[in-house]
Amino acid sequence: MCVGVPMQVVSIDNNGSAITEMDGVRREASLMLLSDEVKVGDFVIVHAGFAISRLDEEDARETLALMREVFSVEDMA
Amino acid sequence: MNYINEFRNRDMVKGFAERIRRLTEDRSEPVTFMEVCGTHTMAICQFGIRSLLPPRVRLISGPGCPVCVTPNGYLDRAVACSRLPDVIIATFGDMMRVPGSSTSLMEERARGADIRIVYSPLDAVGLAAKNPGKRVIFLGVGFETTAPTIAGSILAAAAQGLDNYFVLAAHKTMPKPMEVLAADPELRIDGFICPAHVSAIIGAEAYRFLADEYRIPCVVTGFEPVDIMQGVEMLTRQVLEGKSLVEIQYSRVVKWEGNKKAREILSQVFTSCDADWRGIGTIPGSGLEIGAAYASFDAARAIPVEVEELREHAGCLCGEILKGKVAPGDCPLFGTTCTPEAPVGACMVSSEGTCAAAYKYGR
Ligand code: SF4
Repeated sequence: MCVGVPMQVVSIDNNGSAITEMDGVRREASLMLLSDEVKVGDFVIVHAGFAISRLDEEDARETLALMREVFSVEDMA
Repeated sequence: MNYINEFRNRDMVKGFAERIRRLTEDRSEPVTFMEVCGTHTMAICQFGIRSLLPPRVRLISGPGCPVCVTPNGYLDRAVACSRLPDVIIATFGDMMRVPGSSTSLMEERARGADIRIVYSPLDAVGLAAKNPGKRVIFLGVGFETTAPTIAGSILAAAAQGLDNYFVLAAHKTMPKPMEVLAADPELRIDGFICPAHVSAIIGAEAYRFLADEYRIPCVVTGFEPVDIMQGVEMLTRQVLEGKSLVEIQYSRVVKWEGNKKAREILSQVFTSCDADWRGIGTIPGSGLEIGAAYASFDAARAIPVEVEELREHAGCLCGEILKGKVAPGDCPLFGTTCTPEAPVGACMVSSEGTCAAAYKYGR
């Protein structure tokens, strides 16, 4: 029930509402709960029709890169 | 968007499993971590995380499913409201089959009650706008992730001047029950896998007191298999090094300060109150009620009903399950009298319930 899914913003209207998309599924999401500027192309976590948080793509890539680095120097038997 | 799939990378999951195995090789005592988020409960079952961990590392489920921790009395009140004339009940789908004292919303709908499943509380506001002759009551259940969206819906209804939109609120807040469980000498929790999207709102700082006062490691963890394995590894490391820190594994979404705007909207509409948790009992300051400024939207105040006498379900161990004291398999009704098709307790109904997850994905 608390499920929040990452979705990408495809458009934003003047009423503070966005159309978001993931895997071809489109959902309207209110931006009422976000204070930071959201741009088309950004990823957000959508829960119950509201964007509740931004998903920092750069952070995600960094986390993955760090993990890969750690595992590449370890013997992954 | 392939980087999200990367968080399911099998080799990385295996790599973490191997590291956790090595870390705990010399440890004689088991370590116990609790997750307090229904989506974690589901993901841990779905991806078979327990089978990847060494037997010394135990994962137990806590009160993370908002539907499951909602006591029967709330459902009974919702049912009573659904029997009033000119009322439309709007709810998230999970609530439909939860058994109350004598009936469920599903059964009431079959008997003719007007009950609609909505995806967003804003859809319920839309229903109110479209049905001026009816009173629309939204069942406001959920933790800090969901409560701001309900607050948002009340603000939207107020802005539209609607006087026929109401919320029957039973929102709960997370850190308090974690404190109760942390202090429970029977449980001996060594670390918390902190909820991901609750933390997106309240921020990782909210767990600081658990790490400082209760000396319990806390790691805010994401929902993908790699996230969970890394979260468990971070917790394991803390335990072995004798540390109790708050760490954020899910840094791509969760910040230390959380979402301030969402919290502002939340406190504009809601105030803190004591709340009843199924299995745990009343926890002071662990709930949210609609504040005086928006009292006219509060179904509990604006729409009086007579509620049937409370009855608990004989034999159901949901209460103990929600405290992590027993596992679904310990319940004699599990998989026999109690199945997702014919659930006895809430933990079997909600898709995030511990019993439902265990049933669906096998123990
Ligand atoms: S299996 Fe069913 S009866 Fe047993 S604890 Fe779970 S929900 Fe309750």
